[in-house]
Amino acid sequence: MTIPFGNPNRPNSYIGKTVPRPNAARLVEGRGRYVDDMILPRMVHVVYVRSPMAHARITGIDTAEALAVKGVLRVFTGADIAKVCTPWVAVLAHLKGLKSPPEHAIAVDRACWVGEPVAAVVATTRAAAEDGAALVDVDYDPLPVTGDMMTALDADTPVLHADMGDNLAFRRLHEEGDVDAVMASAHKVVSARFKTARHTGVTLEPRSILVDWNAPEGQLTAWHATQAPHMMQTVLAEHLGLPEGRVRVICGDVGGSYGIKVHVYPDEVATAAIAKIMGRPVKFIADRLESFTTDIHARDHEIAGRIAVAEDGEILAFDIDDWTAIGAYSVYPRTSAIEGNQVVNLCGGPYDFKDYRAQTTVVFQNKTPTCQYRAVGHPIAVAVTEGLVDMAAAELGMDPVAIRRRNMYADDCYPVTSPAKMRFEGLSHHASMDKLVALMDYDALRADQAEARKKGIHRGIGIASFIELTNPSPFMYGIGGARISAQDGCTVRMDPDGSLVALSGVTEQGQGTEAMLSQIVAEGVGVPPAQVRIITGDTQVTPYGGGTWASRGAGIGGEAALQAALALKAAILEVAAAMLQAQAGALDIRDGQVVDADTGQDRLSLAELGRIVYFRGDTLPKGLPRELVQTRHFITSEYPFAFTNGVQASYLEVDTDTGIVTLLKHWCVEDCGRIINPQLVDEQIRGGIVQGLGGALFEEIHYDAEGQLLNGSMADYLVPMAGEMPDMIIGHVETPTLESALGAKGAGEAGTAGAPAAVMNAINDALRPLGAQVTEMPFTPERILRALGRIED
Amino acid sequence: MKASAGGYARASDLRHALDLLGQAGDAGRVLVGGQSLIAAMNMRLSTGDMLVDISRISGLAGVTQQDGRLRIGALTRHADLGGDPLVGRHAPLLAQAVGHIAHAAIRNRGTIGGALAHADPAAEFPACVLALDATMHLEGPDGARDVAVGDFFIDVFETAIAEGEILTAISLPVAEPAEVQILKEVARRSGDYALAGLCLVRRAAGVRLSALGVGSVPVLAQGAMAALDAGDIDAAVTALRAELDPQSDTQASGGYRKHIAGVLLRRIWDEIGGTA
Repeated sequence: MTIPFGNPNRPNSYIGKTVPRPNAARLVEGRGRYVDDMILPRMVHVVYVRSPMAHARITGIDTAEALAVKGVLRVFTGADIAKVCTPWVAVLAHLKGLKSPPEHAIAVDRACWVGEPVAAVVATTRAAAEDGAALVDVDYDPLPVTGDMMTALDADTPVLHADMGDNLAFRRLHEEGDVDAVMASAHKVVSARFKTARHTGVTLEPRSILVDWNAPEGQLTAWHATQAPHMMQTVLAEHLGLPEGRVRVICGDVGGSYGIKVHVYPDEVATAAIAKIMGRPVKFIADRLESFTTDIHARDHEIAGRIAVAEDGEILAFDIDDWTAIGAYSVYPRTSAIEGNQVVNLCGGPYDFKDYRAQTTVVFQNKTPTCQYRAVGHPIAVAVTEGLVDMAAAELGMDPVAIRRRNMYADDCYPVTSPAKMRFEGLSHHASMDKLVALMDYDALRADQAEARKKGIHRGIGIASFIELTNPSPFMYGIGGARISAQDGCTVRMDPDGSLVALSGVTEQGQGTEAMLSQIVAEGVGVPPAQVRIITGDTQVTPYGGGTWASRGAGIGGEAALQAALALKAAILEVAAAMLQAQAGALDIRDGQVVDADTGQDRLSLAELGRIVYFRGDTLPKGLPRELVQTRHFITSEYPFAFTNGVQASYLEVDTDTGIVTLLKHWCVEDCGRIINPQLVDEQIRGGIVQGLGGALFEEIHYDAEGQLLNGSMADYLVPMAGEMPDMIIGHVETPTLESALGAKGAGEAGTAGAPAAVMNAINDALRPLGAQVTEMPFTPERILRALGRIED
Repeated sequence: MKASAGGYARASDLRHALDLLGQAGDAGRVLVGGQSLIAAMNMRLSTGDMLVDISRISGLAGVTQQDGRLRIGALTRHADLGGDPLVGRHAPLLAQAVGHIAHAAIRNRGTIGGALAHADPAAEFPACVLALDATMHLEGPDGARDVAVGDFFIDVFETAIAEGEILTAISLPVAEPAEVQILKEVARRSGDYALAGLCLVRRAAGVRLSALGVGSVPVLAQGAMAALDAGDIDAAVTALRAELDPQSDTQASGGYRKHIAGVLLRRIWDEIGGTA
């Protein structure tokens, strides 16, 4: 069975339409159920004592005063937890050479970053646990701090983990062609240094976990704000020494993730260990201050880049030297080498060129660990690539749109393999650029810019093309040995009243997974979306799957849902055909009714069919299959990743006296293949753009030389807010993937991937007549004024 | 984190509040809008506080005009101040400031008395009342006393309010016919504490210029004021930058803040017509 997507008037045409989100009213009315809303009998609260030093030997822990606090029940040290919980090592076999030392749930003997847990205080209330935590007396013997990225490998820099030999976690060099020869003979070579600031994904709901160990049942149950329940099931089972089948992870409502909640955090695993020791439910909710020091950080990169171009604007070569510092440990189990690896994979992505060299160098330091955060590596690769392309265009006196059109892969050249050895099934760079230029009225904007400049107003236009990696196959993690599933499954069943329940392995983080699944199932079976209930996030209930990451929910989970729905439809029609003494092929299901496919005439309601199957099965033919429940799993097989593409533009104004940037407008044209829910896709892209704008203008985690985090609060760490956000115009080109019947690719990273580059190029477009250029994010007012040479000190 | 308060009592009148504060000793903290105090308590930056809630005391909120002065009760909320017609006529500087203070939820709860007693040098109201040459009215166990604004701000979060005293009101002269009041600031985001800001009040007697976000207290820029009275904007900018010594932090360096102060002064000067 297939769906004629080309016909918008087909029956049950919910795929491709904006339909209401089934969970929206519940969440808006405050009826969501987050981990912190859960209260269990005998539940206790845990608070972690965290290292105030970036690197120190722990020489003693005195818990007596803490234990004397009313309500405090137990205090645990790293050694206590290590008795029931094994440490982990975050490496993957396919990231050759990646190394990281064993990491404990609570530090044993040595703390390696400010915020690392060094003890846990369990009490009957959170407040009592905090009172106790303040009284745990830890003796520290300071050790040398490794902070700076670029000197981490120098001979005189202290080695953070002696067993590792040096501070190098991972290095990968990719070479294609002869970059040196091309650079030596090219018409122009442009080089620049770029920095992207260390930042973090600030989720509305902080990290949260509630774990109960039911000893007589032999089962551990974790209610967890996570993107990957099945991955967590494996991790908790392995490190607590339990059979996987005796660990149940339940993920209810989640208040935003952005990649922050797809990792294994020491304090969360320690909470599970404490529950197992105490035999009672233990709740841990990260507060906002500890979120800044313990949620994963990301994007801390310094990049030297070169581009070689011919006189006519042809891009000949890119040469990229990327450095990133990942904190004290590679993060389990996805590792902290992926971001740098993505930079190598993605630089130059939209362009048809031949000679490519890229290296990433990943080093340890005494800071909070970094790992995958929304659009992993993309904003960095896109900023470097698009920054260099704009600089080359300026050198050549070319228009930024023209140089991109000169070099982007032709829309009819696919399939094609990039110099980074990424395989593209089908992209639409030129169609997307054409649409963008029309949407923004590029020529009119250039005229407006010129007019403004005459009045001393400095406006700039920035363009950023990009590719986006979605729908990952086992090539992302599975081949490296991680038990992280790239396949996903969905079970769809019909109950006696004709309503449907769909159970999916992908999860809802607030982004609309349930809406997307409900409309796919509704169309696949032939009922209104309101007749479909979606259940996600329970490892003992849903089919096994990977969860939500790398923009896989719609492309992988959606296809599994579609196939399960179509299978259920076939099963229903087989029963209906027997009841109606008709051919199944002559029947269809529309709006919850079995109908004649040709005439659309009602023959039988699903409720009546359900009544017969479940209560009067005696009236049906013996041997008639009557499983009104079907499960299908889906995995991609042709391509390691489904690449998508898009292009963004920013129009902004720079106040050259204060350095303040005012965003005037932003555009994005994106191709995520089949669009299931236009509103959800548009808002994903808008939200992603906002996060990208945060990286471009506001977000930066500061540390001092001693490894102290300096701005760990919402007053000091600036997230983008509504007042500074521009209107965003979103457009689409649809190039469905042929790997699935649904044809959907991912849309979650696009906004974040391209926005920083678009803003950087727009600022530099505004500053170029003044001879200034900025390449260090975020582009603070001060950095812009210093680039302009306006500050006297 | 969970706050660790020492205790809470709601005062029924001013006398009661002063008694409660007296009993609490140095742990006593006056609570009204709570927009700084509760945040500090929730981060356990302040623990064991004996909270004396004066928010229900009648007569301490609102704006009145009497004897050629405008009197603003300490419990007047930012949002009310911003829409008050007397403030709009005689102290538009304060109304302008309200638009820069945080966000609507905070402006609905925060009070001017709380903001002044908190004495955050990056906040708008302290610099405003300094430029407006206000008088601060205090009540203590031994009675009432007035403090000139020039003597009020002592250091970061430190004022002339003695232990056991409560700031009950401020007063300032009603506006002269040709009086000019203007506030300009630069902030990273709408509602953020300013990287630097200036308040200028021009009266017949001369210009008063104060700066926020550039020191441990709001700064009265007397050198710049003299230059502006002489009509010399270049000299005023030079003098202003010389009399400021802002700290550097993660948002901006001291050098940037000094630069911005000069930029803002030129912009204000252009806006008000550029003559003394």
